[in-house]
Amino acid sequence: MAKITMREAISQALMEEMDRDPAVFILGEEVGVWGGTYAVTKGFYDKYGAARVKDTPIAENAIIGAAIGAAMQGQRPIAELMTINFAFSAMDYIVNQAPKLHYMFGGQFTLPMVIRAVGGGGRQLGATHSQTPDAVFAHFPGLKVVSPGTPEDAKGLLKSAIRSNDPILFIEHATMYQVRGEVPDGEYTIPIGKSKIQREGKDVTIVTYCKGLELSMKAAEELSKEGVEVEVVDLRTLRPLDMQPVLESFKKTNRAVVVEEGWKSFGVGSEIVSRIYEEAFDYVDAPIIRVAQKEVPLPYNRMLEQAALPQVPDIVAAVKEVLK
Amino acid sequence: MAETISMPKLGFDMAEGLLVRWVRQVGETINKGDVLAEIETDKATVEVESSASGVVLQLIVDQGTVVPVNAPIAIVGKAGEVISDQPAGISKKPADEKPLRAAPTVVPVSQAVVSAESDSVKASPLAKKIARDNKVNLANVQGTGPGGRIVRKDIEAALSSNQSPVTSVQSPSAVIVSHEDEAIAPTRLRQAIARRMTESKTSVPHFYVTHEYKMEAVMTLRKQVNEYLSDSEKLSVNDFIVKAVALALREFPNLNASFAGDKVVRHGAVNVGVAVAVENGLLTVVNKNTDQQPLRQISMDLKNKVAHAREGKVRPEDIEGSTFSVSNMGMYDVENFIAILNPPEAGILAVGSAREVPVVESGVLKVGWRMKATISVDHRVSDGAEAAKFMQALAGFLENPVRMLV
Repeated sequence: MAKITMREAISQALMEEMDRDPAVFILGEEVGVWGGTYAVTKGFYDKYGAARVKDTPIAENAIIGAAIGAAMQGQRPIAELMTINFAFSAMDYIVNQAPKLHYMFGGQFTLPMVIRAVGGGGRQLGATHSQTPDAVFAHFPGLKVVSPGTPEDAKGLLKSAIRSNDPILFIEHATMYQVRGEVPDGEYTIPIGKSKIQREGKDVTIVTYCKGLELSMKAAEELSKEGVEVEVVDLRTLRPLDMQPVLESFKKTNRAVVVEEGWKSFGVGSEIVSRIYEEAFDYVDAPIIRVAQKEVPLPYNRMLEQAALPQVPDIVAAVKEVLK
Repeated sequence: MAETISMPKLGFDMAEGLLVRWVRQVGETINKGDVLAEIETDKATVEVESSASGVVLQLIVDQGTVVPVNAPIAIVGKAGEVISDQPAGISKKPADEKPLRAAPTVVPVSQAVVSAESDSVKASPLAKKIARDNKVNLANVQGTGPGGRIVRKDIEAALSSNQSPVTSVQSPSAVIVSHEDEAIAPTRLRQAIARRMTESKTSVPHFYVTHEYKMEAVMTLRKQVNEYLSDSEKLSVNDFIVKAVALALREFPNLNASFAGDKVVRHGAVNVGVAVAVENGLLTVVNKNTDQQPLRQISMDLKNKVAHAREGKVRPEDIEGSTFSVSNMGMYDVENFIAILNPPEAGILAVGSAREVPVVESGVLKVGWRMKATISVDHRVSDGAEAAKFMQALAGFLENPVRMLV
């Protein structure tokens, strides 16, 4: 097992799939000559050339629209959005065209496309460039939404996404490219739509994903020093949502905290909590608490930004609260 | 003008009733005599009929509420009628009416846990489920969660504790005291039996007289009569006994009486009560004016009332007003037993099985049908000689049952 960064894991996945399948190609802003805003596609332009690593104009609707057209023609485009905040410029294509074409045209087309989007706050990019709107996209049937929290999952899930015949939004976190983790040697994929227990425990279940996983694992570590054994369930995919590990864990611990970076209202946590209440009501021993972003446009000021984002102490406090 | 329906008084010692269920809801049309609600008293679940016709305008109390006798429970009037016309007595908010209190103190065991939940007891869904599964009454568990909420560990502590959570008088409900012993909370009916029987046995001086009856004639007559009756109408041995008791009581008015402190009240009517075993206890259903009715009518009346009792749906008139009781355990192959008086009655007859036994008649050993019965009598009202004569008079009917037909 090699210990590599999230950036390397994603880069490896892209390269392995491009090597494997000539139909796979990348398009996006600065993905070619510059090597990607977050340097994920560094070296790709030289290796695969302009035909498979396409720099595009700064026009997100054009990027996604072109990807949809290519996918309908049998190509396997990977469209990169510099930040997920720009997805709003291409919203019609992302939520209204890509997820529905297969359905609207009676199955005549499949859309084997991946939209890689960088989300999340914490880099002082201002209110409009720091959002975590994952729940918005997970709302639409037909669009799969994947958001990994470890290099191993990022690589395995991205490879599965590229091979999938459905449109997939693959959300990476802007502050996690340097996160290191062990990745299996050689070829592997991880199925989309499977949640995973990332840490076992018996006292309380934390349900989370992506950046929330990083924070929750730290919180679990702190809590273990106080004798609290936290089980951390990583959703990895928001749609289709795999509740089974969540419910199994909850039925064991009877108490849960849901951690997400997005806003609390109408968020991922709301969905998870609802499903637990619906499907495991008789196992609820305490109200389930959501840890999420404060309900404000994310501030630019570093101190304020950090205060608005969920932090490890927030999670620790929430766990203690549900254990009361 | 809207009319107020109140909690009826269904017995001389009824102080309150549990409103089990509203049969009609607000806005529904109801006719006088239609069933409006079901209430549970000390004795049974009974149906409350509307005393007015119109539309149900308001249900004043919630289901599961214990309501004092005569307190208003509902208002029936014309559709759209403004209830501010209501009589002054009920314009008060229920909160002002102190006697109203919550239900869990009185509901039957089988429902106690559920209603404890739905009430003021705060518990997590998991705690409720474990409590339900283990028949733990949440009212007896101390919650340690936020705001006193009962959580899993509280129930587990209660279960593992060898000490029985205190079953207070206020909350009689099933409680597991350990893995072996089980404390069963009494139903209202059970509580009533306990209270009344204790009162009777400790405050009424009982004496007993046993008599053996020749039953050949009743057995033969019954067989003959039943040949002319459909299955649903066939007479039982008990029907003959009830009728015979009623006729004998007419001759002994002092035993169809009640001791009332400074006087003995001899009842004008002979209303024979018949003890019926029901789930968790027994009830006495009453045949009114038994001495005046033909056997077939007595039989049908008792069949109906026994059926009501067994279904837990007796009406007030089914169980009130008995002046003397008959408790028959003949169906259980019982030779003889003695009964405790059912106050304020002065007498009760305990009837054993009619059995084929060896008998000596005129120096000859034969096989005969015999049945023993024992009368219990309130000694404040009567004495042994009178009771013995009554038992003989009873024999006069049972051994010559044709007398009951004329």
